[in-house]
Amino acid sequence: MSTATNEGHEGVLDGVRTRTADSALLPSAQPVQLVDPEGRHTPDDRYPLPSGEELLGAYGRLVSGRRINDQANALVRQGRMAVYPSSHGQEACQVAAAVVLGEEDWLFPTYRDTVAVVTRGVDPLEVFTLLRGDWHSGYDPYEHRVATQATPLATQLLHAVGVAHAAKLRGESTVVLAMCGDGATSEGDFHEALNFAAVFHVPVVFFIQNNEFAISVPLTSQTVAPSLAHKAIGYGMPGERVDGNDLAALLAVLGSAVSRARDGGGPSLVEAHTYRMQAHTNADDATRYRSADDVERWIPKDPLVRMRTYLKGLDLLTDEAETELAAAADTIASVIRKGLNTDARIDPAELFEYVYAEKTSQLREQAEQLREELARDAAPADPGVTGNTTKENQR
Amino acid sequence: MTQTTEAPVADGTGQPGATPTRTAPTTSTFAKALNAALADAMETDPAVLMFGEDVGPLGGVFRITDGLTARFGEERCFDTPLAEAGIMGMAVGMAMNGMRPVVEMQFDAFAYPAFEQVVSHVAKMPNRTKGRVRLPIVIRIPYAGGIGGVEHHCDSSEAYYAHTPGLTVLAPATVRDAYFMLREAIASPDPVVFLEPKKLYWSKEEVDLAELRRTFDDGEAPRRIGRAVVARAGTDATLISYGPSVPTALAAAAAAAEEGRSIEVIDLRSIVPFDDGTVTESVRRTGRAVVVAEAPGFASVASEIVARVQERCFHSLAAPVLRVTGFDIPFPSPKLEHFYLPSVDRILDAVDALQWEA
Repeated sequence: MSTATNEGHEGVLDGVRTRTADSALLPSAQPVQLVDPEGRHTPDDRYPLPSGEELLGAYGRLVSGRRINDQANALVRQGRMAVYPSSHGQEACQVAAAVVLGEEDWLFPTYRDTVAVVTRGVDPLEVFTLLRGDWHSGYDPYEHRVATQATPLATQLLHAVGVAHAAKLRGESTVVLAMCGDGATSEGDFHEALNFAAVFHVPVVFFIQNNEFAISVPLTSQTVAPSLAHKAIGYGMPGERVDGNDLAALLAVLGSAVSRARDGGGPSLVEAHTYRMQAHTNADDATRYRSADDVERWIPKDPLVRMRTYLKGLDLLTDEAETELAAAADTIASVIRKGLNTDARIDPAELFEYVYAEKTSQLREQAEQLREELARDAAPADPGVTGNTTKENQR
Repeated sequence: MTQTTEAPVADGTGQPGATPTRTAPTTSTFAKALNAALADAMETDPAVLMFGEDVGPLGGVFRITDGLTARFGEERCFDTPLAEAGIMGMAVGMAMNGMRPVVEMQFDAFAYPAFEQVVSHVAKMPNRTKGRVRLPIVIRIPYAGGIGGVEHHCDSSEAYYAHTPGLTVLAPATVRDAYFMLREAIASPDPVVFLEPKKLYWSKEEVDLAELRRTFDDGEAPRRIGRAVVARAGTDATLISYGPSVPTALAAAAAAAEEGRSIEVIDLRSIVPFDDGTVTESVRRTGRAVVVAEAPGFASVASEIVARVQERCFHSLAAPVLRVTGFDIPFPSPKLEHFYLPSVDRILDAVDALQWEA
């Protein structure tokens, strides 16, 4: 994608200046891969392999990311968290999306991108505020420049365009990386976001994690496009496909897209081919729509295993380093476990606090009503009268 | 539109920042007042941006953004691709990142593609983030009927927005309020759905726009968000109305006066937040009330007002609170709309039905 230029889009037809479909906007025939599932470097002349130091650093995040997924799943099973959409098997995408960004950049994650959010630096306990059911979002988006995790599909892509547009108007060098899944590419907002980004030439990298399923619906039922990355040319932006379980390739491709955007090259679309190894959430039963064989085919492609093999093979990952990474992952898991095993203080009065900058008179009345109800419930019970009856009598 | 020559409006002829003292009031249309409010807000605050469909060089299909691109540049007033969800979603991101976007939905019914963005994000983001992310967005919507518009150009869509916690919903009915309320909406930390009654765009008042600007900039304009106003004082019954129905209610009150009835008219101005105080005070005093609104009556803002009045004024009421609203039908085509819209006669019939014989 780094070869696409604006001049490349111009052509002439019968003496009239037109735009031509520039094949440089098309993704490569196969997803970019730099380290294969056996852990061997597979060179690609367009994308240099990231340095060993870079890979080692990101691999550490990968180990922690896997641990976060495992720990969160366990906490759901124990009833400490309402729900968890796991990114197990997609951790290379999660880590790469976060580490290719600088401090001045913005990340727009979805509900499945908890590992990316934590990798960006957000306190995991604040992130889990959403999924443990304490509030709809628990962190300050401005602190690490991470938007709230989007639950509706593709709507956040337009917000990403707006953030990038505002930054561009102020002459800032901010790049925005906006994540979505394969299902979200069917939404109208996906189309509008890519079109707006291209028309206003704003620095957004659209990053699709194609994990082959939208809950139960396979990609073949979402689109018959050659690939999701092929959609980019329709908006006049470059598209690229990357092996979504290859951390090295993800760092290279996303890093290149971010640099391009920062240098004024405009938006681009990156599709990562990966697989949702677990059910949509704990509430889903994946056996109803896919076989164990399907899932098993992806086990040898695991992003951790191949990066570990590659790094071990080059002696970049020592036994001591592995022990340290495991300990760091343990620490994060322990923090999450302890945090979620302690009930966070929830204050019902807050229900009315943030609807408007200043409470309306109606909300003041309703807050007072709830406060009185709670005070009544807390007061010693009137013998022989249940709480409900008391309430009815007062009406 | 009547051309006013003195106000510093965005037609390229005004002197930005220069607001010489004037003595004689001039005439302005509702549309011109909105245009001046946008220009004044953009001049006052560089974070204010205006975008939407045809709002650039054309100046909007109703010319509300006339001259803004020429005056402030295409980075601050610009056309977007034709996609309302895109406009709204981009506004959310811009507001997250320090801007105060004003967007125009070209017509009421063409705002529906943006509905998910409005309900799921514009309205909820501040609450979702415990107030860390404020979205100072103004969604301008040319609104309602009475102009002989074809289908999809005349909807009264206020109930959809009023039903959504987090949104402020305004509907001015006078030229002065059009100016002050749009300035106030742009300055508000909360997202505002700003409903501009299309049939009032060409209404005129004696106002000096430069004076309005001075009043607002000096902080001397009384707050209008959440504040209804008694548009006509009376003692026998209260008509409660907003936006396009206010002039009709006032005409009905004038006609009733000729029949010896003193009718008070309340112009809500602000649907959300709702001014229970002004409405309750009036109805307790008059003992009778009719709500007048153009939208279909079922599950409407008018229904909500009736419920609130009944809850608060029950012991003062001499008659049931009635409604004069649109019928529960899709907005009719131009030759049929006068059968649908609240009329002076229909309002007077409702007033007559308020059990006066007792």
